[in-house]
Amino acid sequence: MNKLVETMQGGNKLVGYVVANDPDIDTTIQNVVALSEGGADVVEIGIPFSDPVADGPVIQRADLRALADGELPMDKVFEMVDEIHQRTDITLVFLTYLNVVLQYGYDEFCRQCETHGVSGLIIPDLPYEEQDELLPFIDKHDLALVPLVTLNSDDRIQRLVQHAKGFIYLVSSLGVTGERDEFSSYLSGIVQKIKEYTDVPVAIGFGIHSAKQASEMNQISDGVIIGSSFVRIVEEDKQDAPKRLKEYASEIKQAIIE
Amino acid sequence: MTNKDGRFAEYGGQYVPETLMNELNKMADEYDKAKHDPEFQAELQDLLNNYANRPSLLSYAKRMTEDLGGAQIYFKREDLNHTGAHKINNVIGQALLAKRMGKTRLIAETGAGQHGVATATIAALFGMECEIFMGKEDTDRQKLNVYRMELLGAKVNSVTSGSMVLKDAINAALQEFSARTDDTFYVMGSATGPHPYPMMVRDFQSVISKESKEQFKKINNKLPDAIVACVGGGSNAIGSFANYIDDPSVQLIGVEAAGKGVETELTAATLECGSEGVFHGMKSIFLQTETGQIKPVYSISAGLDYPGVGPEHAALAKSGRAQYVGITDDEAVDAFEYIARTEGIVAAIESCHAVAYVRKLAPKMSKDQTIICTLSGRGDKDVAAIGKYRGVDVNE
Repeated sequence: MNKLVETMQGGNKLVGYVVANDPDIDTTIQNVVALSEGGADVVEIGIPFSDPVADGPVIQRADLRALADGELPMDKVFEMVDEIHQRTDITLVFLTYLNVVLQYGYDEFCRQCETHGVSGLIIPDLPYEEQDELLPFIDKHDLALVPLVTLNSDDRIQRLVQHAKGFIYLVSSLGVTGERDEFSSYLSGIVQKIKEYTDVPVAIGFGIHSAKQASEMNQISDGVIIGSSFVRIVEEDKQDAPKRLKEYASEIKQAIIE
Repeated sequence: MTNKDGRFAEYGGQYVPETLMNELNKMADEYDKAKHDPEFQAELQDLLNNYANRPSLLSYAKRMTEDLGGAQIYFKREDLNHTGAHKINNVIGQALLAKRMGKTRLIAETGAGQHGVATATIAALFGMECEIFMGKEDTDRQKLNVYRMELLGAKVNSVTSGSMVLKDAINAALQEFSARTDDTFYVMGSATGPHPYPMMVRDFQSVISKESKEQFKKINNKLPDAIVACVGGGSNAIGSFANYIDDPSVQLIGVEAAGKGVETELTAATLECGSEGVFHGMKSIFLQTETGQIKPVYSISAGLDYPGVGPEHAALAKSGRAQYVGITDDEAVDAFEYIARTEGIVAAIESCHAVAYVRKLAPKMSKDQTIICTLSGRGDKDVAAIGKYRGVDVNE
């Protein structure tokens, strides 16, 4: 069974996010280990893109930092993944933009993910309508392509989730990633609607920035995704980020399981 | 040549976050209705004629033709439109569609400011709220246009993310559109981006070739032999080509900005130097690195300074129906001076890329052959910069 599918079973899940090579590869390895030790169940590793249109300012800045010294070859990212696996058995997925995957080659990218133990892909600029070009390779290499559902998906929900695997990423507010104080009361209804069509777990992300919010979101779903808040810690603490990442992950995980 | 999913051969598509999908689909549906609605088309035509000053002239360039000694040269004078460029054709169309969809606020990206000014102008005319996204590099360089937009009642948002140029302004406008679709319509400035934009912008700009074909026929009772237009994202070029695509005898030539030369890194010649990729919602040709990062681009012309090209151009290039060539900064500046002195027209530096290519092409053609070159905009905005390029201190 795909490891992401296995990991996401049972609810109360914490999915963390950091950007590869922000501020360097060694720190990224330690950051993933720290999140794992803090209680994260899955870590999304962002592969930086020059123009991350679906991300807010915090993650945009992280992508620019990660690319500050030039290109980040995928082979270096896969080596990093190997090192992470030597130190933790946490479930990993990649989050990146389609062009990064396209340039490496769909088949080869998916094959390398399978070989190096990356269980799934999240590609924010690959909507349902355009997935057919990538899906055969996702299936061939037993990966999960995590679909995004948004507050305005409305009558698209059934189509979006029907082939979901791993989990469904419910985007809790319109627009781009970032911390927000207000969350829509529609969320709970949308989770119910998703559940009408699939048993695949639903995790809520985009804008969660406190343990209290994480707990609230977890109550109406199967888990939460924390991105910008973790990336902000990396931005502030740089090479010293692992310590606070672990503490913060642990605080959130605690709030979720309580 | 568009199919129902907005593909031009394998190019185009809708590579955008889920937040935009419902809105883009609504836009495509509504545009399809508007396209076949005589009332919408009549209102569009009325604004084009009575506000934008259409039809634009098709002028015979007598002195230039004589000087070059080859093909007869005609200019399609989009520089004479209200706001001074072809941009207004598209903006009127999209703003009417926005109104039809019940939107009250227009947003747009702009590089040098031409599309921003056109959008601000129509927003003022329609009494709509307007916000323009412009990279900070550009707001610093184009203070006059920033003030023009503000004068027209628009808010100018100086974008400080990324490299702070046109592509970052598009990123910011797409983000704003994702976050606020209820009252907002994103007026895309070129034949780029996700479906339905490339098709819609092509349709709105195709008035250029619809007119030129009729005008040319009236004068010469035949088709022209070549159409030449500059290409950044490619809206004036696709509008100039559209009604000739099915006339195989008409050669279609897009002129890209080669900057310091296609052999250098300082270029914006996407179709000559780029490769297939996905960016800004479309599959097309882009200037990019091996790992798929979008490259910074360079051209003296801010309007051609874009790392991609509209998907229909990518398809026309691949099929060979259109040819794409590069013109350097130096050649464009020479053409800027040449057309001013030969024809008494101060044309936009973007358009002068097309003029520069006509200077190479016309002498190779026979005297009974004809070229229509689109002058996409007027060059007042460029006078100070060209002066500086020539070492003249022009006080703006």
